[in-house]
Amino acid sequence: MHIVVCIKQVPDSAQIRVHPVTNTIMRQGVPTIINPYDLFALEEAMRWRDKAGGEVTVLTMGPAMAEDSLRKALSFGADRAVLLTDRYFAGSDTLATSFALAAALRKIGEEFGAPLMVFTGKQTIDGDTAQVGPGIAKRLKLNQLTYVARIVELDPERGNITVERRAEGGVQVLSTRLPVLITMLEGANEMRRGSLEDALRAARAEIVTWSAADAGISDLTKCGLRGSPTIVKKVFAPPPRAEKAYQIETSGRSMEALADSVMREIFKRQPSLESELMRFSAGQ
Amino acid sequence: MIEERFDAIVVGAGPSGNAAAYTMAKQGLKVLQLERGEYPGSKNVQGAILYANALEKLIPDFRDDAPLERHIIEQRLWTMDDTSYVGMHYRSDDFNEERPNRYTIIRAQFDKWFSRKVREAGVTLICETTVKELLRDSHGKVIGVKTDRSGGAILADVVILGEGVNGIVGQRSGLRAELKPESVALAVKEMHFLPREVIESRFNLKGNEGVVIEAMGTITAGMTGTGFLYTNQESISVGIGCIVSDFAENGTTPYGLLESFKNHPSIKPLLANSECKEYAAHLIPEGGYNAIPELFGDGWIVVGDAGQFVNAVHREGSNLAMTTGRIAGETVVWLKRRRDELSKANLAEYKRRLDATFVMQDLKKYKKIPDFLHGNKQVFGLYPRLVNAAAQTWFRVDGADKRTKEKEILKSFRKGRTLPGLIGDAFKLARAWR
Amino acid sequence: MAEPEKQTSAAPNRAGMKKELPEHFKAYKHVWVVIECEHGQVHPVSYELLGEGRKLASKRGVELAGVILGSDKEVISAAAIDAFEYGADLVYTVTDPALAHYRNEAYTKAMTDLVNTYKPEILLLGATTLGRDLAGSVATALLTGLTADCTELAIDDEGSLAATRPTFGGSLLCTILTLNYRPQMATVRPRVLPAPVRQAGRRGRIVEHPLGLLEDDIVTKIVKFIADRDSNKAQLAYADIVVAGGLGLRSAENFQLVKSLAEVLDAEYGGSRPLVQKGWMTSDRQIGQTGKTIRPKLYIAAGISGAIQHRVGVEGADMIVAINTDPNAPIFDFAHVGIVADAIRLLPALTEAFRKHLSVNRLAG
Repeated sequence: MHIVVCIKQVPDSAQIRVHPVTNTIMRQGVPTIINPYDLFALEEAMRWRDKAGGEVTVLTMGPAMAEDSLRKALSFGADRAVLLTDRYFAGSDTLATSFALAAALRKIGEEFGAPLMVFTGKQTIDGDTAQVGPGIAKRLKLNQLTYVARIVELDPERGNITVERRAEGGVQVLSTRLPVLITMLEGANEMRRGSLEDALRAARAEIVTWSAADAGISDLTKCGLRGSPTIVKKVFAPPPRAEKAYQIETSGRSMEALADSVMREIFKRQPSLESELMRFSAGQ
Repeated sequence: MIEERFDAIVVGAGPSGNAAAYTMAKQGLKVLQLERGEYPGSKNVQGAILYANALEKLIPDFRDDAPLERHIIEQRLWTMDDTSYVGMHYRSDDFNEERPNRYTIIRAQFDKWFSRKVREAGVTLICETTVKELLRDSHGKVIGVKTDRSGGAILADVVILGEGVNGIVGQRSGLRAELKPESVALAVKEMHFLPREVIESRFNLKGNEGVVIEAMGTITAGMTGTGFLYTNQESISVGIGCIVSDFAENGTTPYGLLESFKNHPSIKPLLANSECKEYAAHLIPEGGYNAIPELFGDGWIVVGDAGQFVNAVHREGSNLAMTTGRIAGETVVWLKRRRDELSKANLAEYKRRLDATFVMQDLKKYKKIPDFLHGNKQVFGLYPRLVNAAAQTWFRVDGADKRTKEKEILKSFRKGRTLPGLIGDAFKLARAWR
Repeated sequence: MAEPEKQTSAAPNRAGMKKELPEHFKAYKHVWVVIECEHGQVHPVSYELLGEGRKLASKRGVELAGVILGSDKEVISAAAIDAFEYGADLVYTVTDPALAHYRNEAYTKAMTDLVNTYKPEILLLGATTLGRDLAGSVATALLTGLTADCTELAIDDEGSLAATRPTFGGSLLCTILTLNYRPQMATVRPRVLPAPVRQAGRRGRIVEHPLGLLEDDIVTKIVKFIADRDSNKAQLAYADIVVAGGLGLRSAENFQLVKSLAEVLDAEYGGSRPLVQKGWMTSDRQIGQTGKTIRPKLYIAAGISGAIQHRVGVEGADMIVAINTDPNAPIFDFAHVGIVADAIRLLPALTEAFRKHLSVNRLAG
C-alpha cells in the first residue's frame, strides 16, 4: 500500500520563548519547521504502513531549503521524499498550490505506484486556510475526509475505509472507498522518535527533486502568481485605535487597592454588568 | 548495535565539532557527527565574534558565502563605574583589508552555514540525538557511543567530544569531574534590532565596518565578569556574565545585571529606540589552564569548550574551539595514515601539537588569572571607581591647578588601596599576566 | 491564499496585472450566503454572514440570496424564513434525502450546480468544519479564488470583494481580491461579524433546484453521528464575560488564577495559542484567530501580549481590560482599560475584590 503525506515547511511562530522580565516573546534563530499539524498526518500514515505493509512517501512544494523538512520527515521513518520546487511556483495561492501538488501526485503514482491514501495536516500555521487538501482531493477525484480524528477501519484489499470525523456538535462516522484524501486532526496520535537507522538513512537519503516540468506540468499559466485567482492587494499594520488603553495608576499602590480600582472602572463603564453579576451571585 | 562502522564519531555540531569533522572528512575519513539539538547551533550561544585566522585554516575562502555581519575596525575596552567609563579605543583603517581579521556574526545563521560545509565535505550529521555514554571494550578503550535513539550503539575508531561546556558524556564516562562553579561563568545576552543607518551613524561606521565594546567594572556588582556590546548589520548584541560561584554568593540575577548594564548612561543611548528581539543565556568556561581536564585517552579526544579551551582575558573561545577541533582531526588523520592505533599513547600527539599553538601557550600564560581575579575583587569595584574618578578630576577644568589635581589623584589611590596594597596588586597582576 | 511577496505597508507592485474581468464572468451577479443547517438548526455564523452579506449586496446594488441544502422540508422552510428576516431577498433550496447530513460529494455537487446555473458574484460560507470542508472543494471545482478566515469584508471602489485577513504569522493584515474569476469566495469564522438585526415579517422568493444525484452515486456513507456530551465544553463564543491568560502567567499552575476569577464572575475562561502549545490548556479554549473569536461584554486579558492573531479574536468585545507587565505590549493599543502590573499578583486580588463586592452587596440586598 502506498501512502503519500503532503507536508509544508513553515516559519516557526511556535518556537516561542518569553523574555524573563518584559514577558515579550523571543524567537531564537531558526526560521522554519515542519507544519506541526502535518506531523499527525505523517505518524498516522506510518502507523497504517506498519500495520498493512507498504511505503510512505512525503511530498512538499517549496523552495530548495524545504529539503530540510523532508529529511526530518525521513528521520521519523518515512520511506521516500519528493521535493517539488520551481521558481514558477512562486506566489501560488491555494488553487495554484493544489494544482501543482496534484500534478506531482499523479507523477508519484506513475513512478512509485498510485497512492491509496493521501494525507495532509488539518491546516498550516502560516496560512491556516485548510484549502489545499480539499483542492487536491477534487483534482485527483479522491474521496475527501477532513478533520479525521481516528481511522476506525482500513481494508486496502477491498478498498474500504471508515473514519471518525469531527463535525460541529459531534463526531461523524463515515465510510467510503479508497483512494481517499484525509486531513488529520491534531492530537490524533504522537509522533514516534526515529531509530538510529532511520536517522542515518535520512541523513544520506537522495531527495527526489522535481521541477514543474519533471512533474509533468505543461501549462505554467496554472502555476504561481499567474495561476492564482486571489491576489494580495495590500499588506498593512492594523490601524492603531484612536486612543490607547486608559491606564489605571499603579505606582505605589497595593494589589488590593489596584484590584479595587480595576473593578470600579469596569462597573463604571458597564453598569449593566454589575447588576447582572449581582443577580448571578444572589443565585449562588 | 547497528552494523555500520565509522572512522570517527564527533559529538557536537558546534565550532569545535564542526572543525574536527570537517578536517577528517576532507581527508577521506568516514565521519558521523551527532548533535543533541534540533539543528546545529540551536544549543550554541556566543556574543559573537568570528576569528578569521582560525576559520581560514579550515575553509580559506569562507568569505565567499559565510554569513558575516560586520568586520571589526574598532575595539573599545571600557573600565566602567556607575556613571562613567574610561576607555581605550583602537580604530584603524588597516582593518578594512581585503581579508578582514575579525567579524561579528550571528551564530544561528553562521552555524547553519558551517554545518552545511561540513555536510558537503561528506560528514553524516544526525541531529536531535544525544550521546548517552561511551562504549568501551574489555580493556577500557573507547570503541563507540550509545545514543538516546533506539537501535543500539555505533562503533568507531575514535570519539571526538565537542559536547560543549555542559556536556554530560565526558562526565558520565568519568573522563572529567563535574564543572566547578568557580570555573564557569553564566552569561546572558540580548539582540536589539536597529536600522543599519542608525547603527552606522551611532558608531561612526560606513559599509560593513563594525565596532566591539568589551567592558568591565562596577557593571558586575563586584563580581568577576565582563560585559559586551557588538554591532551587527542591523542589530546590536549586548550581554554580561559573571562567574557562577560569584552569582551564588552575591544573590543578583544575571538578568538584573544586564538590565543595569543596558541602563548605564553610556550604554543606554547606544541602544535607544531599538527593539529587543532575542534573549539567550549560556555557560562559559572560565577556569583556564588549571581547569583543563584530561584531553585524550584510548579512543577519545576532547575539543572546544568541553576542554575548557577559553581565553578568559581576551574573551576568545570560538577560535580555540575551531583550532582544537582542527588539530584533533589532523591528529586522527595522521595516525590513520600511519595505520597507528588510536591509543592514548598515540593520541598524545594531539596535546603535543596543541602545546605548539597559541591555544596552550595563551592558556598557560594566563593560568594564574582566574585565581588572581577570585582573590582580587578590587579589580571590579575599587579600581574602576578610582580610575574613573581620577579621569574626571583630571579632565574637569575647575580652576584647580594641575599639580594639585595630580596630588589629589595619587592621594585617592593611596587612600583607597594603601601604598602597599597598590604595589602588591601591581606585582600580583604582573605575575599573573606573565 | 496568495502569499504576499514583501512585508511592507505599500501595495505590492501589481502594475500590468490585467484587471479586466473575462466576458463570461460579467453576467455573475448577486451575493450568496451558504446557510449551514445541520441537525435541524441553523448555525449562528450563517446569520452573521447574512448581516454582512446584506451590506455587501446593498453596496453592489444587487440581491442577497441564502443557499439551503438539506432533506427536511420543514427545517428548510424555517431556515428560509430566518434568511429573509436577516436580509435575504431570495433563497435557493436543494431538498433531497441524500442531503440529510453533510457529505462533501453531495453538497459540492449541489453548490457547484447552483453556482453554474445562477451565477453569483460573491459566495460566502462560515468557517466551520462543514464550511471549510465544502469551500475548498467548491472553489477548486469552480477554479475560482477562495479567501479563508476573513476578519473583514468590503466592496472596493471597483466593485470587487475585498477580503481582509491576518498574515505573516499574524503580525500584519492583508486584503485579498479575486480579480478575474467568479464567484469570489470567502469564509468567515463564527463571531467575527456582529449578530445582525432581525426584521420580523420580511419575506422573499424561494427558488428550488434539484440535486441531480442519486444516493447510489454517492460513495461516502454516514455510518452514524455521535453527539458530544455537553459537560465542561467551552461556550466561549457566546459568553458575556471571558477571562483569559497568556504566557505572562509563566506557569501552568498560574492558569488556575484565571479559572478562579472566571468562576467568581460566572465567566468563561480561555487563553492564547502558546498556552495550548505548552500544554497548559486544551485547544477548545484557545482564543484568537485560529481558536475562538469572542465578542463578550467584558474581556479580561491577563499576561497576554496582544499579537494580532489574538487581537482579531477579541476585538469585537465591548470592553477589553488588559493586564501586562510590559507598558509597550501591543494589547494596550486596542484594550479599553490597561493595567501595567503582574497578572500573577493582580488576578487573585481581583478575584477577591469581586468576591467581596458581590457578596457584600448581596447581603446588603
